[in-house]
Amino acid sequence: MERQTGFARNAAENPCNMCMPMGGIIPFKGVEKSMVILHGSQGCATYMRRHMAEHFNEPIDVASSSLNEKGTIYGGEKNLKLGLDNLIKLYNPGVIGILTTCLAETIGEDIDRIASEYLLDRGLNDVSLVTVPVPGYGGSHSEGYWMATRSIIARLSREAPANRRINVIVPHISPADIREIKRILQLMRIEYTIFPDFSDTLDSPFTMPYKKIPIGGTGIEEIAEMSGAAATIQMGVTASREISPGHYLQDTYGVPLYNMPIPIGLENTDKLFAVLKQVTGKDMPESIFSERGRLLDGMVDSHKYNAAGRSAIFGDPELVLAIAGVCRENGITPVVVATGSKSFMAAEAIKSSAAVDVPEQSLLAGTDFARIREHCREKSVNIAIGHSDGRYLTEKEGIPLVRVGFPIHDRMGGQRLLSVGYTGTMTFLDRITNTLLEEKHKNYRHGIFDKFYTGKMA
Amino acid sequence: MDAGSLAVNEREKSIIVKGKQKKQLVCDTDSAAGCVSQRACVYCGARVVLNPVTDALHLVHGPIGCASYTWDIRGSLSSGSELYRSSFSTDLQEEDIIFGGEKKLARAIDELVLKHHPPLVFVYSTCIVGVIGDDLEAVCKAAAQRHNIQVIPVQSSGFIGNKSAGYRAACNALLRLMGPEPTPTRNLNSINYLGDFNLAGEAWIISNYLRQMGLEVNVTFTGDSRYETLIKAPRASLNIVQCAGSMHYLAQKMRELYGIPYLNVSFLGVLDTTASLRMIAEHFGGSGIKQKTEELIKTETDKVIPLINGYRGNLQGRKAAVYVGGGFKAISLIKQFREIGIDVVMIGTQTGRQSEYETINDLVDEGTVVLDDANPSELERFMVEKGAHLLVGGVKERPLAYKLGAAFIDHNHDRKHPLSGYEGAVNFAREVYSTVCSPVWKYLKA
Ligand code: SF4
Ligand code: SF4
Repeated sequence: MERQTGFARNAAENPCNMCMPMGGIIPFKGVEKSMVILHGSQGCATYMRRHMAEHFNEPIDVASSSLNEKGTIYGGEKNLKLGLDNLIKLYNPGVIGILTTCLAETIGEDIDRIASEYLLDRGLNDVSLVTVPVPGYGGSHSEGYWMATRSIIARLSREAPANRRINVIVPHISPADIREIKRILQLMRIEYTIFPDFSDTLDSPFTMPYKKIPIGGTGIEEIAEMSGAAATIQMGVTASREISPGHYLQDTYGVPLYNMPIPIGLENTDKLFAVLKQVTGKDMPESIFSERGRLLDGMVDSHKYNAAGRSAIFGDPELVLAIAGVCRENGITPVVVATGSKSFMAAEAIKSSAAVDVPEQSLLAGTDFARIREHCREKSVNIAIGHSDGRYLTEKEGIPLVRVGFPIHDRMGGQRLLSVGYTGTMTFLDRITNTLLEEKHKNYRHGIFDKFYTGKMA
Repeated sequence: MDAGSLAVNEREKSIIVKGKQKKQLVCDTDSAAGCVSQRACVYCGARVVLNPVTDALHLVHGPIGCASYTWDIRGSLSSGSELYRSSFSTDLQEEDIIFGGEKKLARAIDELVLKHHPPLVFVYSTCIVGVIGDDLEAVCKAAAQRHNIQVIPVQSSGFIGNKSAGYRAACNALLRLMGPEPTPTRNLNSINYLGDFNLAGEAWIISNYLRQMGLEVNVTFTGDSRYETLIKAPRASLNIVQCAGSMHYLAQKMRELYGIPYLNVSFLGVLDTTASLRMIAEHFGGSGIKQKTEELIKTETDKVIPLINGYRGNLQGRKAAVYVGGGFKAISLIKQFREIGIDVVMIGTQTGRQSEYETINDLVDEGTVVLDDANPSELERFMVEKGAHLLVGGVKERPLAYKLGAAFIDHNHDRKHPLSGYEGAVNFAREVYSTVCSPVWKYLKA
């Protein structure tokens, strides 16, 4: 596998990943009454807010300690404390995530010390501060997401009496996906704590009057008691042990961990129900069994069209892994599998997407779109699956794009895309199949005419 | 604003209500920490200005994020190269932060120049580059010699100021590109057009007008510009400056260095467009040009006034809130809204200057809230208080307006329809109409 790490290349051309703090913001949006302040210069926060606002079509309020030249030279402690004061006055949050950025890490800010001093200083006991060291250069948004998720649990959980709930820790999937997982759990009458739950906060219903911190998110008390759960199901096999929240709960409180891929695709969703059975003893409900049957029926209906697919998959390692599974199950050949993340686990994930029957697969970790494009051309890719930045492949190489993941900034409804569970998989597969069909119908008349009638085509 | 009503004291000085008090608005200060400022950074400002140089290779020296969030997000159009739409980054890693990124930068330039053969490279510095102390000047100079092309460092470290510092950094880069020597040959009827980024072809629209007036656009700063055209900029006989926030400094410098006079213009709205075209014709004087200008104005206004009036009927009496990047745009918008019968009840900018705020204050009605570097809480509060029916802003402000049940106008760099000139004035009116008079609002009331 070509593992392009930062050590091997000098320049990235059209990045396929974002920076750590960006990923770190998202889990905080899945905590009830929480806000984030980025310790660094103003620009980082503004860019990330813009990026998220475009995808979710929701106001994304993220504060910044707005470091200026002075703060950068003499330390940013004063700025950060003042920032916390103002943030509390304006938003009155219950939890504040303090995330570093490249700048704060480079000048060596000790946010843990600043945070604990601050609480003491101001005599505050109704707000929790969760610090997360996420230098932008330290990894991609994917790692930032896991780090923040783990830090929140590490900070908010405490020894709790055993309860009957199960923890469900989700990766960066869409709000619609989170809602679907909740629906399944509710249907099965399973008591659960799902975290981080940004299904309402980042896809909030229209209500008046406007709420600055949207309603929803996993409750602070619930997070505190995740330590006493019967088990943790984590959909995060690409999170390495040090940043995996499920491992934290297992290692610290002995909560058994079931780490599994995102339940997208038949096999992965089957896995979810197998795990649920193992943990709760409950069988798949009748109505879900029908959903599964409908998915099977649909897979059969479209298999011949799917056979024509040569796909390029890119994005978050966790999502890429699941999508590669969907492709393989349906006879779509994943010829280019790529992520911008440079982490070891990302590389492993990409490697594990290798298909024995696809001899010349391009498996790219730590890559960028310029390279993905080259590989697409070499491998005659005819469908791209991933986030909106893949539109570059459409524009340059005419490869149609099925949008999934984050960010989706050039179409509406990224937050409503449903891909998990049997029903989600079906809608996702339909999006893929129909894209292939559309291409076919667009091209077959003149293609055949050129080839056989005028004999123009080589 | 009475002091007690604002949660955050640092913000008080940056908000005034016209007519209520005599105090002057304080602007151009550092953003208050923790207030969720809508402002962007120096790098952002520099990138906005330089990005439309189409055949330049824009290399961001820094960690990946800064480049990732700015990949092809703007609607500047090109008649030639597409290189500017790619985002290049040195993707600094931890070890680069420790040992310095100069070598990596040098190698990155070599690699990219070899692959893309640009005539010009801009190297943007980001926050941490300012801290780790890479000598951008030296690396760029050496690379320029190696490849025999211009490699220009842009000093856009994010924490040294806000977006306007970035404008200045960009203008300095452009001045370097043009070089110190005043060019002896001057083309008589030739104009440089400063401060149009050819968003949705706006610079093309204005260039067409000028051509019809018998003038010639030498180069636009920087919409659809190229290395070859930019270095010939000193030959023009007049600079017209639109987006004053970003380009006023460049115009002043070019007057100093090359003796090119400049005029401040605005092509937003029918009235401003007409006034600006007349001013330009006046500057050149000849009766031929003046006559052609009047003909152009007549044909165009005859075409668009009835269309705009058609919308005006439906919009009369609505109230607008404005929150945009610079003061120039804010001023134009007040006038443009007046053309369609709408009053501005709240207005603010990220980086407006004192003089611009004075103009704003003169233009708006009593009771209008004027604010600098606003945050979402303030936007929300004043929009509700003032009963604004619509907000003008950028991507971050859009969802807020919608959550408040207010209409929204995209006035940012990613828009895909022109708002300049006569065509643009109609588009503007149409956009206001399409959002303010949409049927969706009535369902929110229930
Ligand atoms: S690091 Fe600096 S240059 Fe980069 S986005 Fe943040 S503020 Fe802007
Ligand atoms: S990479 Fe670093 S400096 Fe750039 S936006 Fe991300 S945190 Fe900010």
